[in-house]
Amino acid sequence: MTVEHVEIRPGAYADSVALLQVSRDVAATPGVAAAQVAMATELNVEVLQGMGFTLPTASPNDMVVALRLDDEDALTAALAAVDAALAAARKGSSGGEVVAPPRTTASALRRAGGGLALVSVPGASALVEAMDALDAGSDVMIFSDNVPVEQELAMKRIARDRGLLVMGPDCGTAVVGGVGLGFANTVTPGRVGIVAASGTGCQQILALLDAAGVGVAAALGVGGRDLSAAIGGISTATALERLDADPSVEHIVVVSKPPAPEVAAAVEKFAADLSTPVRFALLGSGQPDLTTQVEALLGDLGVAVPEWPTWGTPAVGVDGSALRGLFVGGTLCDEAMLLAAAELGDIRSNIPLSPELELDSSLLSPGHLMIDFGDDGLTRGRAHPMIDPTLRLEHLTKVAADPETAVILMDVVLGHGAQDDPAADLAPAIAAARAGRAVPVVVACVGTTSDQQGLARQAETLAAAGAEVHLSNAAATRRAVALATGGAR
Amino acid sequence: MSTTSLPSQSPAAVAAVGADMFAASVEAQAVPVERVDWKPPMDGTVDDLATVAADPLRRDANALAVSRMLDVQALVVGVAPASELLGLEQGQFLHAGPPIEWSRASGPLRGALMGAAAFEDLVENPEDAEALFASGANVSLEPCHHRSAVGPMAGVVSPSMWMFVLEDPATGRRTYCSLNEGLGKVLRYGAYSPEVLERLRWMRDVLGPLLAEGVAAAEPMDATAILGQMLQMGDEAHNRNRAGTLMMLRDLAPALVRSSRSSDEIAEAFAFMGGNDHFFLNIAMPACKLALDAARDVPGSTMVVAMARNGTDFGIQVSGTGDQWFTGPAQLADGLFLGDYGPDDANPDIGDSAITETAGIGGFAMAAAPAIVRFVGGTVPDALATSRRMREITITENNRWPIPVLDFAGAATGIDVTSVCRTGILPQINTGMAGKVAGVGQVGAGLVTPPASIFPAALAELARRTRERARA
Repeated sequence: MTVEHVEIRPGAYADSVALLQVSRDVAATPGVAAAQVAMATELNVEVLQGMGFTLPTASPNDMVVALRLDDEDALTAALAAVDAALAAARKGSSGGEVVAPPRTTASALRRAGGGLALVSVPGASALVEAMDALDAGSDVMIFSDNVPVEQELAMKRIARDRGLLVMGPDCGTAVVGGVGLGFANTVTPGRVGIVAASGTGCQQILALLDAAGVGVAAALGVGGRDLSAAIGGISTATALERLDADPSVEHIVVVSKPPAPEVAAAVEKFAADLSTPVRFALLGSGQPDLTTQVEALLGDLGVAVPEWPTWGTPAVGVDGSALRGLFVGGTLCDEAMLLAAAELGDIRSNIPLSPELELDSSLLSPGHLMIDFGDDGLTRGRAHPMIDPTLRLEHLTKVAADPETAVILMDVVLGHGAQDDPAADLAPAIAAARAGRAVPVVVACVGTTSDQQGLARQAETLAAAGAEVHLSNAAATRRAVALATGGAR
Repeated sequence: MSTTSLPSQSPAAVAAVGADMFAASVEAQAVPVERVDWKPPMDGTVDDLATVAADPLRRDANALAVSRMLDVQALVVGVAPASELLGLEQGQFLHAGPPIEWSRASGPLRGALMGAAAFEDLVENPEDAEALFASGANVSLEPCHHRSAVGPMAGVVSPSMWMFVLEDPATGRRTYCSLNEGLGKVLRYGAYSPEVLERLRWMRDVLGPLLAEGVAAAEPMDATAILGQMLQMGDEAHNRNRAGTLMMLRDLAPALVRSSRSSDEIAEAFAFMGGNDHFFLNIAMPACKLALDAARDVPGSTMVVAMARNGTDFGIQVSGTGDQWFTGPAQLADGLFLGDYGPDDANPDIGDSAITETAGIGGFAMAAAPAIVRFVGGTVPDALATSRRMREITITENNRWPIPVLDFAGAATGIDVTSVCRTGILPQINTGMAGKVAGVGQVGAGLVTPPASIFPAALAELARRTRERARA
């Protein structure tokens, strides 16, 4: 037999929403069949009557506690629950307030009060985030790869119309006002501006200029496809304009893999109209290598060409005929292939100079080969080899054991974004690789004296492990070619 | 080029989205970094998002849509019967939400239609109206939104009901809304008992004509300005309209007192309006609609211009897609119940009142109304978080509607379909709950969101139109 308990609490007040919560809490108490705690307004009185309660006369300023209990014994617990729930309702919340992070680039830029946007989401979503930046009047750097070319064109057109710069997609390197973005080296401020459609190509130039004592005002990445026919150099033109307008920039260098000829012509024409002289360092068959281009730039600047640093003792050749290059930098691999192919002929690669030289997925083959471990095909599902060297180190062991290998050519890229201490992994691997046949290992160590890894320390550690180390990738490649052809024969 | 600088100068700040190592590297170089908590967008929206984001019309279209909306001033300029204002004829009924036929109508909508049919003397007893509506003979149903009107809950409007008229003086455009009946057993919650019909007759015979006289005699009441005031006074203008109702009374009182009605009738009207904390809701809603209607039909705009429910379907309309409704199943609110009622008694979400959230108040301005935050099950920090979260899916803020506790940040305004699809954050709506059985009335109140599917559907249509324009 259920028991009814109705009491009026004159002068007690809580708002209706709080009381709904109180009622719900009390109704959940064991032994309580129904509960309604409410101000005795006309509506609530009606509701209570509808629930079958008989009410004494009450004013809307009175609180009614109406309980239907399974038996009389439940009353004490139920009233305690009423008081506890009312107390809880009055007490409100506790704890501090944490502002949730922004969920879109638009929101982040709003909160930051503007600035530069860095986009590294999956390629299919990159445009959407980048458009937030362009809508907010901000430049954007896009690390993401796998962005459809028509999307790249669409956003670059919009950026051009708004006077904004899209660095990327697939842009790994930039230096803006001394701040390294992505894989970039620490440089001293100076008078050279760089426009880079190539990340590690840019880093090679930063490293050589640093060694020559020349500072850099900025290095603006534009993405590897910017000088293609499809994109037409839109970002390159904007980047050139920006550097031209910067009074601290006295010379500009544009670095890219081979551009579409008509785009190269158009961009060169555009550059000719700028007030700042522009040098084009465009890699390609029969074109000067990057070190040669930097030497020419130093001539433009009236700076003497230094002897490019090397570390370690000159490598000694062994039996074998094949050059094996293991790279983390795509442009460095490209440059090495262009230089070596002129002397050695065909070089197989996962980024071959011509399609018939494509390596299969084993990445092994007789003859000369050069592998870019930073290529998209080898970074799916794993970090870039500048961050995770595992795959390249495994391959080093394989090619060192191959009696056909005459010389191993490698690059090490220092700077922001790269491993904290690449030599710590690579030096023991080189020593182990040379433990048997003492196969020569030539390393291009690309970095500046200010890079956090310590250029000299890295190079010396590698040299101590038996490597011949160069700052110039072209110089390292020439030495490797000489070792492959001259060897011990 | 507002935030670009010379390439030789460091960026003032960086917004980083994606892999954290890039953000960390920049931060280590002493540049402030704002990190985005990025998550993949709603299923199946990646390509449409890219298409719409790259639409050359989108940015300026959205800027135009919100500026048109924010330029609107909603003045209360009249009160008159629906027959006069909308040309509504006997047998024509308006209802909340997207279009629906009787056979799919929910309990509360049916109840309200039955009550309205009896109120219009089409039938003697409300129960007799079921057959009338089922037959469809000489009766028709049409959304309020199709007649520049909005209606709370069932939103049923019949020819003899009196409505507020709101007007934007700059354009002369108008919107309309019925008079609020109060809480509990009321037509808009699907109740149709004799007392409900009696009240409607009193509103027709006394309240409506009195308000018409008062509004005509008083200075036009600026509902847009009052809404701004309300946010300073603890109202969010959907589930709390207490301050707004009092301000309305303050503005109208002198003219009402001087009207031709008897002092008894005037006192009765004052008691009715003053005793109904939601009376101003029926001004807030058409004020929001008047503003949002100004944002309609901007090609390329991804801004939501209406959210409305009929108790069965939840529908949205988007500026760039004309009058097309994107609908999905209305959801059950999560909240608190009156008396013995529980979740099983509640009807799915119903009413045009989500026009308030569409305009940036209601659930979007929850932070302004700490007194009712317990609807969220809730705490004040929850309310602050909700209002901030809504800013993640809107185009702008409304500086005429600042929220004090958010350091006077304007109400999050202009829901962007693309932002909803990108973040998965759904608009937060405060709502009343109607009983699912016709005739029951209100059973509770709480929080609800739209069905997620309608945003990708709207996005797909925006993308289709974008591609069509690109081909043309």
